[in-house]
Amino acid sequence: MTLSSVKPLDPKEFDERKAQHLLQRAGFGGTTKQAVALSKLGLEKAVEYIVEYNNITDPEPVLLDAYDKDIIRPLTAAERKVALKARQDKDEDTVDKLRKERQRRQREDRKQISEMELWWLQRMVSTPRPLEEKLTLFWHGHFATGYRTIEDSYQMYLQNNFFRKNAMGNFKEDLVRGIIHDPAMIKYLNNHQNRKQAPNENLARELMELFTLGEGEGYDEDDIKEGARCLTGYTVEDHDFTFNSRNHDTGQKRIFGRSGYYDGDDFVDLIFTRPNVAKFIVNKLYRYFVNDLPHGKTADSKKFTISISNLLKRKNWELKPILKTIFLSEHFYDDSNMQAIIKSPVQLIVQATRSLNPPQRRKMVQTLAVSADLMGQRLFAPPSVKGWDGGRMWINTSTMFMRQNTLLYLLTGQRPGSASWEADNNQFNGMALVEGNTRDPKDAITFLLTALLNQDKHDRDRVASLENYMKTQNNTINNETVTGLLTLITAMPEYQLC
Amino acid sequence: MSHHHHHEQEDSSSTGSTDAYSRRLFMQQGMAFLSMATTVPMFMQRSAEGIMLPVGSLVSSQAGIPEDHTLVVIQLAGGNDGLNTVIPYGDREYYINRPQIGIKEPGKGDSSALTIPGADGFGLHPNLTGLRNLLDDGQAAIIQGVGYPNPNRSHFTSTDIWHTGNHSGQGYGWLGKYFDNTCEGQPSAVSSIAIGNKAPLALHGKTQKAVNFETEELFKWAGGSVNDDLEIPYDEINRKEIREAHDRDSQLDFLVRTSLDAQVSSERIRSAVSTRPLVSYPNGKLSQQLQLIGSMIRADLPTRVYYASLGGFDTHANQLNGHANLMRQLGDALNTFQKDLAKQGNTKKVLTMVFSEFGRRVKQNGSSGTDHGTAAPMFLIGDNVQNGLIGKHPSLTELDQGDLKFNTDFREVYSAVLEDFMGADPKAILGKKYKKAEVLT
Repeated sequence: MTLSSVKPLDPKEFDERKAQHLLQRAGFGGTTKQAVALSKLGLEKAVEYIVEYNNITDPEPVLLDAYDKDIIRPLTAAERKVALKARQDKDEDTVDKLRKERQRRQREDRKQISEMELWWLQRMVSTPRPLEEKLTLFWHGHFATGYRTIEDSYQMYLQNNFFRKNAMGNFKEDLVRGIIHDPAMIKYLNNHQNRKQAPNENLARELMELFTLGEGEGYDEDDIKEGARCLTGYTVEDHDFTFNSRNHDTGQKRIFGRSGYYDGDDFVDLIFTRPNVAKFIVNKLYRYFVNDLPHGKTADSKKFTISISNLLKRKNWELKPILKTIFLSEHFYDDSNMQAIIKSPVQLIVQATRSLNPPQRRKMVQTLAVSADLMGQRLFAPPSVKGWDGGRMWINTSTMFMRQNTLLYLLTGQRPGSASWEADNNQFNGMALVEGNTRDPKDAITFLLTALLNQDKHDRDRVASLENYMKTQNNTINNETVTGLLTLITAMPEYQLC
Repeated sequence: MSHHHHHEQEDSSSTGSTDAYSRRLFMQQGMAFLSMATTVPMFMQRSAEGIMLPVGSLVSSQAGIPEDHTLVVIQLAGGNDGLNTVIPYGDREYYINRPQIGIKEPGKGDSSALTIPGADGFGLHPNLTGLRNLLDDGQAAIIQGVGYPNPNRSHFTSTDIWHTGNHSGQGYGWLGKYFDNTCEGQPSAVSSIAIGNKAPLALHGKTQKAVNFETEELFKWAGGSVNDDLEIPYDEINRKEIREAHDRDSQLDFLVRTSLDAQVSSERIRSAVSTRPLVSYPNGKLSQQLQLIGSMIRADLPTRVYYASLGGFDTHANQLNGHANLMRQLGDALNTFQKDLAKQGNTKKVLTMVFSEFGRRVKQNGSSGTDHGTAAPMFLIGDNVQNGLIGKHPSLTELDQGDLKFNTDFREVYSAVLEDFMGADPKAILGKKYKKAEVLT
């Protein structure tokens, strides 16, 4: 009975539009052709294709040695000795030399994190396994860690690969247990400073408040203090997790009314006995994949998330079955859930690139990364441990123009957000997009509106504005006028939705 | 909204005259009345929901804000060297710690400090002649040794601390919270404007969102420069409601209204800054920003907070020339801005606050520069400030890890500004009651 709210969509109803919806939500959208192909597979096989991405060969497997792991490294014993001696001797020249060397490394590391940012953005654009990257981005926002606090790009890289590897794994065993062993997270939330003699509660608090239970949901300040004791000694040595038993508090702890000689891993087990964990993470996944509910839950969404939460518990925290169930469900394809989420800046950019196929432009990925930052989302630099608020917080008058101008850049080469408007004249091949709909401007307009907004019916005034534009162009359909139409459609408020 | 409106607006925006401006303003209000049932710009809807605003209300005061008081905040980004800004030349420790970069005491030839009337032993950086002028005019408060407990020496974290007003550096900005608290349902889409490519955290509130742009030309859609013919359909698209029924306050409705806000704000801002300023501003990045802000104040935008910033203060090496150049820009820009406001007759309503995320280490480093430090001076400029040097200069010998100990918590300054200039309750915004610094009259 409870499963009625997650009943699958009638396969007959799985059309191009719904296939495009699946592409957008379980990834970053695609071309009309891709949506058609996916719809032809039929619902079950389409969802299988998207979710079982491990069956698709990754043409660019992530390599751990793709980046320099030693730019920021701990000083060797010898180096420490030199530094100490220079300080003691007030040997200004040596102190200054060491400082300059440290600053040089920091500069080099900032360069490396920027390269990683471009690498990831590019990977999202080109991957044949979009759900993998979409989930990696989800976990990056969920277990948010910022480079500017930890200042070690290689640890961010390791964490990014940890998210990717476990993107659709087990929420408890892979992700939450993994994150308390993750060097970047340990440093970000000061757990390397969490010692028996001087506990630091930061990780214990966020582990419950932001990662598993939700603020104030089923724990109190004492549980945080005791949880922090459990996590003492969970620290980092260079790029590896290490358990420092000398700093670990081996005493008895009392958490959620139970007592024992718990360590950090026991603490995770205890948290997962709390009733709110499934609901908390399912709600967050729901807001990311189904509907971000600016006005709170509706009756339908409530029923749906409760069923999915129960399923997650039955499946012992395995994520794949619940994602499949979501993507197969009638609810996921309900009209009220289509074009209902405000695209994140990364979604906007990656989706536009994947679905429009703009020409390569000079320093294109750099430009797009800067745009995303100006729209409020910089990869590896979420604003706080809460991650990105998302939804309406993405939008203000300035980011609205930035969004429109970023699309203008993709289509025409006009560089956004820069006083020097360096145009890139690589022309967009608009004709490739409207292929087969080129004779009548009305057909072309309908086709483009459908493709870009994933709508089945179009607002009359919008159509009229586009038709008026075509009249000023003598109703000629060519690369330039199709590009013109696209700049207008992508400047529509509704283009911000997916 | 019909097509006519659109064209009338286009016509009036092509001229910069006051007449055209009032007409456009009228059109904006008229537009809102006509379309109340369908799509209303966000700022109209938040404030008015059916309450008719009298003509002109967009440029007059907002509920909860004293008249038209306007705060201009300037951040010296990178950590300004306070000890080479306000020079404690009377203290020999200063020269002991800074053999290469210390500024000579007044009257000791080229590049010696400027005197500060009534403050023996303390001078201003020789290039701060603009600030010295403001002191002579009774318009500058120099608050010494401003900081906070357990100082953080990271640019990012310390900036966040100054922007939020709390030591974690987490949460909303202090000025964002000011708007959230005092003007629930505030009626303007341009309540706060930051010059720069990102809105600073200080202006982020729960509901308050700042407008930001580097130059006004970037605060608009650039499609018209690709093809003129795109302008009209673009305007239709971004100023019109969607006819198909949709929920009030759905995501789409929200986007449509923000988009309309963007068009209206863009037009008002670009019209405001299209006029030639009453005084001629010197070159320099801060000057350019203050010139824009001066024009917007002159055009009577309903903006209560403007934000500008000048970078380059992270002077780790060979700082003398670079810092001198920044001091010149700062003093001249502040002085010119104040002259502009005086010609406008706006000095009473505008208060300018200058801060940096931290000062710098007392002792110079091995590269004739200075490393990250703690307390530093803040400036307040305007008609109603306590003119002169305020507070005690931190000791150069009683240090905390080589850094100055603060005497005035920056939140004491915020509290004075919030309560006495903005008419707000500082406790509601800062979460705690701080003693008010005696900086305003």
